[in-house]
Amino acid sequence: MEIFREWGLTAAIFLPLIAVGVMMAIPRAEEGLHKMVALVTSLIVAAIGVVLLFDFDYDRAGEMQWAVEIDWIRIISAEYAVGIDGISLPLLMLTLLITPLVIIYSWDHFPEPANPKAFLMLILVLHTGMIGTFVARDLVLFFVFFEVVLLPMFFMIAVWGGPDRKYASLKFFLYTLFGSALMLVSFLALFFLAGGETFSIVGLSDAVAENGVSRTAQIWIFGGMLLGFGIKVPMFPFHTWLPDAHTQAPTQGSVILAAVLLKLGTYGFVRIAIPILPEAATVWAPWIGLLAVIGIIYGALGCLAQTDMKRLIAFSSVAHMGYVMLGISTLTDWGINAAVFGMVAHGLITGMLFFVAGSIKERYHTLEIKRLGGLLIQAPRMGWILGFITMASLGLPGLAGFWGEFPAILAAYNPANGLNETLFRTYMVVAAIGTVLAAGYLLWLLQRTAFGTPSEEFENDPEIVDAHRGEYLAWAPLLFLILLFGLAPGLIFNVTDPAVDANLSECFQADLGDGDEDFFEVGTCEREGLDVALANLGVTSTAEGE
Amino acid sequence: MVLSFLAQVEPFERPAIDWHAVAPELILLGFGALLTLLDVVFLERGRKYTSTLAGIGLLATLIPIITLAIDGQDRFLFNDAYVVDNFALIMKALFLLSGYVVVLLSTNYIAEGDYWENEYYSLLLASILGMVVMSSARDLITIFVALELLSIPAYLMATWRKRDLKSNEAGLKYYLMGVFASAIFLYGMSLLYGVTGSTILADIGEVVNEGESTSVASLGIVFVIAGFAFKVSAVPFHTWAPDTYEGAPTPVTAFLAVASKTAGFVALVQLVFVAFWGRADVYQPLLWVLAAASMTIGNLIALRQTNMVRMMAYSGVASAGYIMAPLAIAGVSGEIGDEALRAVVTYLVIYAAMNLGVFGVVMAIARKTKSAEISSYAGLFHYAPGLTTAMTIFLMALAGIPPLGGWWAKFVVFRALINADTFGGYSLAIVAAVNSVIALYYYLSVLRTMWADDAPDGDLAPLRIPPSLIGAMGLTAFATLAFGVWPRIVDTVSDVSLLGLGG
Repeated sequence: MEIFREWGLTAAIFLPLIAVGVMMAIPRAEEGLHKMVALVTSLIVAAIGVVLLFDFDYDRAGEMQWAVEIDWIRIISAEYAVGIDGISLPLLMLTLLITPLVIIYSWDHFPEPANPKAFLMLILVLHTGMIGTFVARDLVLFFVFFEVVLLPMFFMIAVWGGPDRKYASLKFFLYTLFGSALMLVSFLALFFLAGGETFSIVGLSDAVAENGVSRTAQIWIFGGMLLGFGIKVPMFPFHTWLPDAHTQAPTQGSVILAAVLLKLGTYGFVRIAIPILPEAATVWAPWIGLLAVIGIIYGALGCLAQTDMKRLIAFSSVAHMGYVMLGISTLTDWGINAAVFGMVAHGLITGMLFFVAGSIKERYHTLEIKRLGGLLIQAPRMGWILGFITMASLGLPGLAGFWGEFPAILAAYNPANGLNETLFRTYMVVAAIGTVLAAGYLLWLLQRTAFGTPSEEFENDPEIVDAHRGEYLAWAPLLFLILLFGLAPGLIFNVTDPAVDANLSECFQADLGDGDEDFFEVGTCEREGLDVALANLGVTSTAEGE
Repeated sequence: MVLSFLAQVEPFERPAIDWHAVAPELILLGFGALLTLLDVVFLERGRKYTSTLAGIGLLATLIPIITLAIDGQDRFLFNDAYVVDNFALIMKALFLLSGYVVVLLSTNYIAEGDYWENEYYSLLLASILGMVVMSSARDLITIFVALELLSIPAYLMATWRKRDLKSNEAGLKYYLMGVFASAIFLYGMSLLYGVTGSTILADIGEVVNEGESTSVASLGIVFVIAGFAFKVSAVPFHTWAPDTYEGAPTPVTAFLAVASKTAGFVALVQLVFVAFWGRADVYQPLLWVLAAASMTIGNLIALRQTNMVRMMAYSGVASAGYIMAPLAIAGVSGEIGDEALRAVVTYLVIYAAMNLGVFGVVMAIARKTKSAEISSYAGLFHYAPGLTTAMTIFLMALAGIPPLGGWWAKFVVFRALINADTFGGYSLAIVAAVNSVIALYYYLSVLRTMWADDAPDGDLAPLRIPPSLIGAMGLTAFATLAFGVWPRIVDTVSDVSLLGLGG
């Protein structure tokens, strides 16, 4: 076990890269071998994840585990520091799950112009970047991995994408890069203003709390991070790259983008921006909340106007990430727990939606909603799966989507100390209206694609068959987890809660001064509130361990 | 009368020579002479060994450099006119390694093009010898000799495709501009000598920094810096670069873009840190303007280029701006000065790897397409994915995307500028940041053509790349990645200081 604790994370990060090196040496014609190497690597990495999952000490979920610290760039005291706590664990596991599934899904269905070698190599590079981002505990390291993700996705869209791929890929790249440039500037400013001694997240958080980076500077720095992470999320009004990127990306790219890449942004808020700059967070929180609810409503209205299924799902992502951001903006234990849950749930559900959309596209060669219809007749199993995930996506209790949205909305009822209660309650009402709209557009989507009779042009199309083995293999784990987390949300809440608690109390204790006790009282009230709410719904308590 | 005059002259006494310290120069000279002899003795039969021998010569020269580095002692020769310290050693090693990569790039190009080979490699070694001497030159005369030694062979090499009009134009332009720059430098040098009565940089530093005879000394400083601004192709002295780069044989272009530019910077930092350091009021504003103008104008013009080599010429102009930027705040304090110098050295080391790599790929592609037009790169991904990946690595490194080398180079420059905590530093950092985004656009559009466009005429025949070219690209790609992932390698070697000597 010791060896896993020391090397597990490092191996998980770099194994995909080693595999890329191996694949470079294998000639392009050996497609089967390439697929095997990629799949086996992703499975080994996932296996490491499973070992870590069993070795994780859930009683100490608030602390960093399997922490490794090695001197990296001495001259700026950047470290190779990785580790996992309750917040990063669920997201890391999501990543470790999605990548092998994407590879399985691709097996016989590489998008044009095929070339599995390059395609799989890009996926593995992406894998390294995503894992690295979720385990990095040093800002420079975080930044490096955050950027590693960018190029493979750019190429995936630019080479394997739809007809408008060039425009979409460039837009994706420039938007994200603009954000990360601002993010880097914020990191550097923070580094220098906090004494220029460390890039470690905890170190910076302490430094900011102790020798007081001036309030104005904190607010500016937080603003930079807000743009950087907010573009990645994406928050309204920086979301315009998302529908284009999703529509043009190949199915695999869309799945990874929706399931994992968007989470890098929200994870940045939870892991970096708020713990390091709590004071600035309270200043920005109302604005974040405002953009979040605008995103919820705007995304939902956008969905209602779409004629393309993938574009519709993309806009629904904007709305769903709005709930996550609303949860974060409350700055409460609750809200952030809900946000982390929401990230995982959205990853599973929207990833799944894009999978199905991809499979529909493969059969019908179009995603234009008005030309589709009758999926339940032509491919009944796929129709039912689509029905299941649209239910999950609209937040049906008992499925994972519910636990991302509902607690986030509730959290807005009672935001952290120092935030305007009335304002957040207004947000709550707006967000609740958003769920109705969500039900509207998702059911409408289901009705127009799955119900009814097939249109004439596809009526006797022999290509339209039900889901095949590769698809079942790739989808089953996701469907199972959507149901499992829906029934037993405690599986995630119990892991995230101690970590969220540790992160929040650490930073707010240092900052709120005389408001301290008050804040924690509110905190406990909320927690009890959650228990009551959950008990009423007949679900075991989640906030406190069972 | 003559006899009595001669009688008064003391007999010439050979100054004590530290043979270990000058061993690199002697070995390089020896190999250069050997190459010439080989040609004279074996004529055509020696042809196929020349490039190998040149490569071995460059690597052999590294041996005394390593022993000198292990010895770790600063050595002062010829009344301090020639200094072998850490700075000199790292720059010498950089010149030799860049030179080695240029030999790898040249091997097939020169052999297949029916050019004179022996002369080419002899001249290349002579030019590198000039650069190696430049790294140690702490005296105006020595700098001048080194400058001419490295430039004159380069003028000749630029015209190597002598039946091609563009190559002739390249060489002639480079020659005229270079001579003009030399003249400017000489004029500045004479002013400095007139004011200080010495050609040793350290002595000049002592007098100049006192602040006496300000205007003449200032004029001297301005002229000397302007002279080297030509060499590093900084705006407004950059006009030769695009034409020369486009017309010269591509390996020579790589050599000019990397080694020759680095040599200009070596001279520039020695002059700034050893001789002028106390006169920040003169050189800081001058270098600020040069750096800001080079970055901005270089990048803006690069946006409009359709030819890869010309684009790289303008990107090189912009890079000169980035490298020059830390010098514009070097005089703030001793600590900042050291940091600025380290930033320059770090940038030069990483820049050499990235840029040589780009030219390697350009040459490999040109073997099939016979063109460096960006539009001819369309669809490259479909028939040469390896080359496309290599180009992606190099261009994204130049753009500063982590974890590829360039991000660290940019990072140290920004850090130096911000740490200076002056208006000049901050404003230049903003200019540099805006320019990084502009640069990203044109690098990215090249990549987009390579990855996403369809090949012209659907021609997907694969490319054959000779082993030496693969070696050159492999070496540079490895260095580019290693510098980015593990910047400590560069930090260790770039931990140098020049300020103790003169300032």
